[in-house]
Amino acid sequence: MTRLKRVLPYPLLFLALLGMWLLMTQSLSAGQILLGAIVAFGGCWTMVALDPPAGRLRRPSAVARLAGRVFVDVFRSNLAVGSIILGNEDRRTHSGFMSLRLDLTSPYGLAVLAIILTCTPGTQWVRYDPSRRVLMLHVLDLVDDRYWVRTIKERYESLLMEIFE
Amino acid sequence: MSVAILGWSITLAQVLLTLAMACAVLRFMRGPRAQDRIIGLDTFYVNAMLLLVTLGIRSGATLYFEAALVIGLLGFVGTVALAKFLMRGEVIE
Amino acid sequence: MSAPDLPLWAAILVSFFLVAGALVTLLGSIGLWRLPDFYARLHAPSLGATLGTGLTLVASMICFSVLQGRPLVHEVLIGVFVTITTPVTLMLLASASLYRDRVEGNDAAPKKDPPPTEL
Repeated sequence: MTRLKRVLPYPLLFLALLGMWLLMTQSLSAGQILLGAIVAFGGCWTMVALDPPAGRLRRPSAVARLAGRVFVDVFRSNLAVGSIILGNEDRRTHSGFMSLRLDLTSPYGLAVLAIILTCTPGTQWVRYDPSRRVLMLHVLDLVDDRYWVRTIKERYESLLMEIFE
Repeated sequence: MSVAILGWSITLAQVLLTLAMACAVLRFMRGPRAQDRIIGLDTFYVNAMLLLVTLGIRSGATLYFEAALVIGLLGFVGTVALAKFLMRGEVIE
Repeated sequence: MSAPDLPLWAAILVSFFLVAGALVTLLGSIGLWRLPDFYARLHAPSLGATLGTGLTLVASMICFSVLQGRPLVHEVLIGVFVTITTPVTLMLLASASLYRDRVEGNDAAPKKDPPPTEL
């Protein structure tokens, strides 16, 4: 394990970069795999120079469950926002800001949470204060802010904490 | 038969995407504030990217894929630079 | 009316995904026009950037995979790229706008952050 780490500091990044190269060239020939491996190797060692904060993925099963939930929620929230947009004046004026306290502290977990909140239309990340651990959101359909706190904490944050912490 | 179905639905999709681009342009011209214009421009870029993907399906050439990727990239960089400029009045600190 | 010659099932699938994606994107752009204030409008483009892009890319993937007779999924790259970049632009725009509204002291944004909601 340590020997692999010494040659290849970020195996997942290596695989991702190699995959990206092969998708870009749209071929699986040995030459392209070799070229892609060289590029990915260079990319990994560039990442070492950048020295990102340590983080690791745990529990692939939780990753799969989170992906499934987000996939379903993208459809649901698109429908919800679509009906608000086409709805009458009264439904379009319930937007507002709200804050909630997060227990998640891992920077990677927060980044993924930001992506999830943006990918499900209707919630928009405005800012996160790391000293107070408070996240400020803008919600399009802000009738009950406790509903949104419950949704974010139970549906996403608990799984993200399992994965990243 | 299948060529006709696909041809007409591609045309329909192109018309819909063009209307979407028109909405984005309207928001860009109307404002009222600079951030409204930027969000109109960003939506315009995304819609243009999708229109290029649709053109790619019509022509059957994968060339349009690269063009769409480049438009997406340029749109992202442009919007980020404009948003940074709004925040501080300078792009690079 | 030129279009690639696909088998009927593929043509119907591609048409469905293509029109659905374009409709969702149009809906998002209409929202950009109809929603009342800037912060509400921030939610509109993410319709096109998530489901609209996703459906259009699925249509493109099916079309090219059937045309070339092998799985061709390079459109995934656009999907991944758009998914990663949209949050960045929208977050930056939201915070820039909040900053501007507070500096000018107008009513569009609250003067202070709302207190955290407790369950």
